[in-house]
Amino acid sequence: MIAMAARTSTRWRFRQPSVIPGFGLALGVTLAWLTIIVLVPLSGLLWRSSSLGWSKFAELALDERTVNALTISFGTAFIAAVVNLVFGVLLAWVLVRYRFPGKRVIDAMVDLPFALPTAVAGIALTTLYAPNGWIGSLLAPLGIKVAFTPAGIVVALIFVGLPFVVRTVQPIMEEIDKEVEEAAATLGATRFQTISRVLLPGLLPAGLTGFALAFARGVGEYGSVIFIAGNLPYVSEIAPLLIVIRLEEFNYPAATAIAGVMLLLSFLMLLVINVIQAWSRRRYGYGA
Amino acid sequence: MAHDASSTLVTTATSETRLSRGILTAVALGFVLLFLLLPLATVFIEAFRKGPAEFFAALRDPETFSAIRLTLLVAGIAVPLNLVFGVAAAWAIAKFEFKGKAFLTTLIDLPFSVSPVISGLVFVLLFSSQSMLGPLLQSYDIQILFAVPGLVLATVFVTFPFVARELIPLMQEQGTADEEAALSLGATGWQTFWHVTLPNIKWGLLYGVLLCNARAMGEFGAVSVVSGHIRGQTNTMPLQVEILYNEYNFVAAFAVAALLALLALVTLVLKTALELRYSDEIAASRRH
Repeated sequence: MIAMAARTSTRWRFRQPSVIPGFGLALGVTLAWLTIIVLVPLSGLLWRSSSLGWSKFAELALDERTVNALTISFGTAFIAAVVNLVFGVLLAWVLVRYRFPGKRVIDAMVDLPFALPTAVAGIALTTLYAPNGWIGSLLAPLGIKVAFTPAGIVVALIFVGLPFVVRTVQPIMEEIDKEVEEAAATLGATRFQTISRVLLPGLLPAGLTGFALAFARGVGEYGSVIFIAGNLPYVSEIAPLLIVIRLEEFNYPAATAIAGVMLLLSFLMLLVINVIQAWSRRRYGYGA
Repeated sequence: MAHDASSTLVTTATSETRLSRGILTAVALGFVLLFLLLPLATVFIEAFRKGPAEFFAALRDPETFSAIRLTLLVAGIAVPLNLVFGVAAAWAIAKFEFKGKAFLTTLIDLPFSVSPVISGLVFVLLFSSQSMLGPLLQSYDIQILFAVPGLVLATVFVTFPFVARELIPLMQEQGTADEEAALSLGATGWQTFWHVTLPNIKWGLLYGVLLCNARAMGEFGAVSVVSGHIRGQTNTMPLQVEILYNEYNFVAAFAVAALLALLALVTLVLKTALELRYSDEIAASRRH
């Protein structure tokens, strides 16, 4: 190790010299494991996608059922992420600012969707929102059907996405300097104005991060959705389910194409959100 | 928390009126009840709908029993593998400065942004009989897909970042001074790691392992794609839940689901305890 450090210390350095040993071993293990588990399998998918050829890929990706499934996946994930943004910020606010009995428990329960297996969440939500379930039977007389419709997908995605928004906004909220609010109040702002014009804009970057994470998770979500969705092609069939269906038909090119489009769209979406985030951080953000 | 306790009891210029505090709290808690607490309660209520005898009878079913064993086996292999990887990655990234570190960190996070179904798909593409590797392995009679190795690979993929993600910020914060002191006093590299670094990071490590394990035991989408659903052989607990549910065997489905929900609750309790007790010794941020 020392010999290697001495050798690399001439001009261009791959790494800064350090007395701590084990760099080669640690980096070696990391790169080997990363390559075997993540990089090779993922590049296999990219290679398969590209070997389809552009016209074949486009034909598979623009198939009507595929386009419908992608629209449903991205549409329901977007709606769920918007709902989570609103209620997640509200919940974080209540947890940070107010005191009420059982607050610790509620705070811990926010992470339930991270810990509860998605299949368990799926069958529980389906039972609740089915026409004969506790919530479903209350909604049925109003003519509202949730389970086995796209609305059911949104419900499942709200469940899986909620902690992302709360947990990204909460730490930022805790750090808000009270002086900012006092300044706004002394300048004559009403409480509503202080919140909507001073506090909320500052939370925008964190809120957008949470929104992006919830959205990305929602687009790919499978386990909690397939039970409640009804899985009707063209109506409530999500893209990950269509991948599974194509795989079961041994139609690997189609499965690969759908996966390729999903990865591409998710990547583009994260790029757009990163740009918005950078902008809003410059414009509003706390601390940064 | 930056604000003083009295601000939540009286209305001041920097707090909301009692009425709006009440309404906001009620809306937030209503949301938590509707989307988090009721689904969780449903799992246990449905599991015990026909009494404890039926519940325990459902768990004694041989197929369910083998699903429990398989889940423990897969998590028992996948979690230690990612534990070793996570420590190695954190050692390389947190203790050294080298070129391409940010890029490496991004690559480690990659599995979190991929749909679980796609995580399974990449291994199907890699090892199927239509791939390059598949026929080669077949000629040696090595079965990866629809067998334990495939389940382990998919589980390792989806739980890949958990331990590393928890340890990297923690070890970066702790710096290298402790290790340098140990080394200057004549400790070997391994002695330094076992007696200095490991005690420093043990709670953070436990935290990461806890989250990694919860996901490993609960993973559905990725495992579903590579499992082949061979009853009594390649069904993990979440897959067994799906099969029982689709057979309208609701008590049994919810009985297995209740075990998984119990695991989630234990995870949450331990996680919260770690956050309260050792908040300084786990990563500063609570983000996931």
